[in-house]
Amino acid sequence: MALRSTIAGISSPEALAEALKSALYLAEDGIATAGYLALALGKPLLLEGAPGVGKTEAAKAIAGILGRQLIRLQCFEGIDAAAALYEWNYPRQMLAIRQAQDGTSTDIYRDEFLIERPMLAALRRPDSTVLLIDEIDRSDHEFEAFLLEFLSDFSISIPERGTLRAAERPVVILTSNRTRDLHEALRRRCVYHYIPYPEPAREAEIIMLRSSAVAESTARAVVAAVGILRNEPLSKPPGVAEAVDWAEAATALARTGASWPEAFRRSIGVAIKDEEDLAHLRPRLAQFIPGMAA
Amino acid sequence: MSVKVPGAVRPLIAFPALLRGHGFMIAPEQTVSFLQAVELLGPRTIEHVRKAAVATLAPHPEQRASFDALFDMHFLGAVGEPGEDRFEPDDEMQVQDDIGTEEIMIGEEVNETGQAATGAEALAIRALRAPDDADALRRFGASLPAALPHRRGYRHKAARRGKGIDLARSLRAAMRNEGEVMDLRRLRRATRPRPVLLLIDVSGSMKQRSDVHLALAHEMVHAMPRVEVFTFGTRLTRLTRALRLKNRQQALAEASGLVADWDGGTRIGDALEAFLAVPRFAGYARGANIIVLSDGLERGDPATMIRAVHRLAARAFRIDWFTPLAIDLEYRPETEALRAVRPLLASLGDASSTSRLCREILAIGEARAV
Repeated sequence: MALRSTIAGISSPEALAEALKSALYLAEDGIATAGYLALALGKPLLLEGAPGVGKTEAAKAIAGILGRQLIRLQCFEGIDAAAALYEWNYPRQMLAIRQAQDGTSTDIYRDEFLIERPMLAALRRPDSTVLLIDEIDRSDHEFEAFLLEFLSDFSISIPERGTLRAAERPVVILTSNRTRDLHEALRRRCVYHYIPYPEPAREAEIIMLRSSAVAESTARAVVAAVGILRNEPLSKPPGVAEAVDWAEAATALARTGASWPEAFRRSIGVAIKDEEDLAHLRPRLAQFIPGMAA
Repeated sequence: MSVKVPGAVRPLIAFPALLRGHGFMIAPEQTVSFLQAVELLGPRTIEHVRKAAVATLAPHPEQRASFDALFDMHFLGAVGEPGEDRFEPDDEMQVQDDIGTEEIMIGEEVNETGQAATGAEALAIRALRAPDDADALRRFGASLPAALPHRRGYRHKAARRGKGIDLARSLRAAMRNEGEVMDLRRLRRATRPRPVLLLIDVSGSMKQRSDVHLALAHEMVHAMPRVEVFTFGTRLTRLTRALRLKNRQQALAEASGLVADWDGGTRIGDALEAFLAVPRFAGYARGANIIVLSDGLERGDPATMIRAVHRLAARAFRIDWFTPLAIDLEYRPETEALRAVRPLLASLGDASSTSRLCREILAIGEARAV
């Protein structure tokens, strides 16, 4: 396979990082490199990381800079080919059979009876779509095995129609929250990147980029607080998305006249969304909230 | 026909081979991708080679330190095998016990090499023996998927009766009858085994049983989907990936190297709290059959263990505790902690012999699918 060193004007990881920044996504070096290699090698990009670190946002941003439609396949336990790939429109097929009772034959496996699902859509229009297979760890092993053929050959078999092959390799991005280990066969078909929580300075930058209403001091205070919270034994530590929400919520409350520590305290619900976690933190909130006063 | 490999490429090709030799699973296609990635990135510096390696050879985050050490050794000539440096756990938490504040460590994969033993812990590398009764274990594994509790899954399967209509089968049947729908074919939701979380005590008091319990865990990992295995004593160690090796001897050897607290003290509460503190691990307990193989002789604070078991029970489908001390039906827990958590346990069974333990685990499945 010939390598494409330039894709949509992107000729290096640095160029990709720059383009992503224009799409309001601050990419660290690792994700920019993995993203560029995935595009250049024509391989799927597998992004792993804790919930809320920006995996899905990365996919959206990549679709945005490539000027392609993002087709999202949200995984869940029990997801199968009918939800991911295609389904026949059985009621219409039955009607067609009934209408053809006068002796004429009819082909009930024409395109008009085919209901296209995300994977088939990406396969048919590889040059204008980005396929996001989101939270693959939520699916079961059967679906993971089913994906292997698609991700290695970018072809699918429809028994009634034969094998469909993508005219070119589609851009596919998979995300996983690591609630379970993915099969090695799936991992090795992908370019891989683990997204950690961002460095404090970068996270503050992300907050300000995402929400222009948030002051720098507020962003830094929120980042310091979520940094502490992530070291607590919480069942759901706040991600980047929660940090952005918290900064916005505290800013909104402060505009209504609440003092800064109070605004942070009252808006903690947007960052910590588990009662057990809140109960754990409540007695010690004062330990980090006073220091956040901006 | 032999292909002459350019000299400059040889170190790059040798690196995946080195990784394989250290337990990394690298496929040949990944080696090809690695070479292509290096070409794409320049490479202008050695860091570009590292980035290409990380992206294409895909080490797990827990393996990253070991991966980097091997990279440095291979490309930069750094001295020392991975793991020779001081052990750096991927996560750790402070806990309080009766001897003061000390860490209980959480390890996973290559992190647990036994190098990080704290002075307070009596640690040893153990040579695990596979049990003699391999046939009994195989029979146990064969019976296990049907025996353990199931729950309704979200996949549907063809059935004589069911709430769902199988349109595909109904259509095919109608086509055989000239489009006349004679009867509707049905679907029902298939059941699937609940996830299993196996927590194995490897402290000194369980020394006689550790080998068998690890062999049992190996059999379970291969018999069923979604089995997670952790050991605990003075630290918590995830063994699932090591036990996925098919050959039992190899798997046990790998596991033996990971567990750093063989035959040490027992801090069950601290270990369970550490387990629950990692969201990814705590998720394994959700809706799971939790099987604890321990005598329950807690040396730490009983309140910690009681609190942790309560939290586990809130997440799990059921908790079954098997102890070698429960030899007869009159057995009653002696420790305060185990007595206190007894009402939370679906059963407190006998683990004094392999056959009894197998029988007890297979009996768990008498609970009906819910």
